[in-house]
Amino acid sequence: MRIIACLSLLVCLAAITTGCADTTSHAKGVYMLLDTSGTYRHELTKAQSIINYLLGTLQPGDSFGVARIDTGSFSEKDIIAKMNFDGRPSVANSQKREFKDKIDQFITTAKGSPYTDITGGILQAVEYLNETGAGEKYILIFSDLEEDLVKGYVRDIPFQMEGVQVVALNVTKLRTDNIDPREYMERLDFWKQRVEDGGGEWRVINDLERLDNILAS
Amino acid sequence: MQFAELFIFIPGPPILSIFVWVGLIVGLLYFAREPAHRALHSFGWTIYNAFRMSARSVLLAEKRLAARNKEVLLEASRDSLERIIDREFHRVDAVVKRDLSGYPTLQRSLTDQIAQIDEDYRQSSEPSPPPPTWVNAVEAVAKIPANGDPTVVQVLDKIKVIINDQYKNTMADYRKSVSDRHAYLKRMIQYWRKMTDTLEEVGKTITGLHERSTIIDRHMAEYEEIRAGSDKSERMYRSSAMTQFVIAGFVLLIAVGGAIINFNLIALPMSEMVGGGSYIGSFKTANVAALVIILVEVAMGLYLMESLRITRLFPVIGSMDDRMRIKMVWITFTILLILASVESALAFMRDAIAADLHALRQSLVDGQGPEAVNSWIPTVGQMALGFILPFALTFVAIPLESFIQSSRTVLGTVVCACLRALAFFLHLLANLGRNFGNLMVHLYDLMIVPPLWIEKLFSARGETPEIEMEPQEDTT
Repeated sequence: MRIIACLSLLVCLAAITTGCADTTSHAKGVYMLLDTSGTYRHELTKAQSIINYLLGTLQPGDSFGVARIDTGSFSEKDIIAKMNFDGRPSVANSQKREFKDKIDQFITTAKGSPYTDITGGILQAVEYLNETGAGEKYILIFSDLEEDLVKGYVRDIPFQMEGVQVVALNVTKLRTDNIDPREYMERLDFWKQRVEDGGGEWRVINDLERLDNILAS
Repeated sequence: MQFAELFIFIPGPPILSIFVWVGLIVGLLYFAREPAHRALHSFGWTIYNAFRMSARSVLLAEKRLAARNKEVLLEASRDSLERIIDREFHRVDAVVKRDLSGYPTLQRSLTDQIAQIDEDYRQSSEPSPPPPTWVNAVEAVAKIPANGDPTVVQVLDKIKVIINDQYKNTMADYRKSVSDRHAYLKRMIQYWRKMTDTLEEVGKTITGLHERSTIIDRHMAEYEEIRAGSDKSERMYRSSAMTQFVIAGFVLLIAVGGAIINFNLIALPMSEMVGGGSYIGSFKTANVAALVIILVEVAMGLYLMESLRITRLFPVIGSMDDRMRIKMVWITFTILLILASVESALAFMRDAIAADLHALRQSLVDGQGPEAVNSWIPTVGQMALGFILPFALTFVAIPLESFIQSSRTVLGTVVCACLRALAFFLHLLANLGRNFGNLMVHLYDLMIVPPLWIEKLFSARGETPEIEMEPQEDTT
């Protein structure tokens, strides 16, 4: 009888521990890439609004990083601000204020870059998001998606981004797109193909009034 | 050669072959009519018996359940009535101890008052002293004629003076005596009043006891009916249980609302303590912690009510000796007080966090800090709510007990109704099955109408092979 009781207890404990041992992370990791090339630099104030929205939306425990896209973006030097928000709401709020200050400072002092290394930025973003161990990973690309690499930079590297959602924001039409819209479509398709080949999901949000869709999984 | 061509054995149009086949089939069916009818009837009756047996089993189960429900209901009612009668007897005991324990003193007081009244009455009724007997002698002397004798006149004058003095003294004594008697009578009045008041008090007590005894009599009559297991008492308590179920359910819903408010009050600040990013399963640890605090408060409330013997959910607590029980009351109350204080502090923290979050969002929207709203009212309100709600949740124990007790009766009644409906449905299926068998028999006959018609022609001559199946009802 005692043995049966002990066994029942063990079974219950096993059930409880296996039931509670949920190793899934519920935190969100967001990495935003800001295109600073050419005329797109003037769009940065829109990016600032998006970042502010995200700061208001992200919860304690989430991770957020913002980096610029310039000539060579596969570098930590291009990260403008990154933060793993503390679990305590009061500390997380202070971190968000600090984050905002860094972004504000960057927006006022940002200089245009001659080249646009989007691939490098995405590779850097994937690396950062994997390090955070977040359950939901988002890469937000605030760019016209026109990549312009310096000669000699190797960027035809396949992405490894399983479980990462890539959201292209404010993909503006270039002058050439107006002449031939197929270029715009092809550009979008090119990036979509690359992301999906790497195991990620691709979305485009051009209407910045619908920011609530950004982190909708 | 196609499969269909196998059946066409008469050269020419296939209709001829079809007619032949139909004729053969009809003939076969006619000759197999009796066993086919038996089979169809058996099929119908099998369905009928199976469903009927099921319906009977269900009805038996329903009866057993109804009997058990009645037993449970009457037992619960008996228990409840015993508690009421016990309480009434305690009240009577308290009245007897409080009022009638002073009965010897009361009796002594009444005896003293009566003795005093008697003494006063005796003294007030004492007759006044009669006039002295020598008055007659003096009166006779006074009637002696003076006849001008100065000595006699002088004597008579002196006698007159003496008589007048004596008269005055006597009258004064008499008046004094009357006045004293009046004083005694006056003193009697207050004793009468005192006695009247005392007797009125006794009368009130006796009347109260009489009323209590009437109530006890009524409850005892109900108790006897319950013991006798009468249908009247069952109906009465079933209706009462339904009412209790609805009312207790409604109050529990209100309590759930209060618990939700309480939860929202402490969930956010709990994330400041246990971290907002950690999860247990798919639930935030902060939310689980807040829920656990509320559940612990409810549990403490249950123990407190149990220790106070207001509810009887845990017989172990109810049967504790008084010292231990009172200790438990103080322990649970202290824990509740601490939890209420913690909640109050959390509510304060929540207000601070919410204000900070609001300030942050405001600065994110327009780049400026929020306008300072220097109001302490919401903070104090939240703190007060955080302190009061745990104590309010304590009283959940009372409707919870009613709900649990009445739900046994209500659920039993509902299950009985479901079983009755199931039995009806099974009966319906049984009848459908039987009629389906009959229908199949008629359809069978419909297919072999021509041979039957021929048979009918022959039967007109006196031969009638009638096939009649007797229903074989299962008596199990």
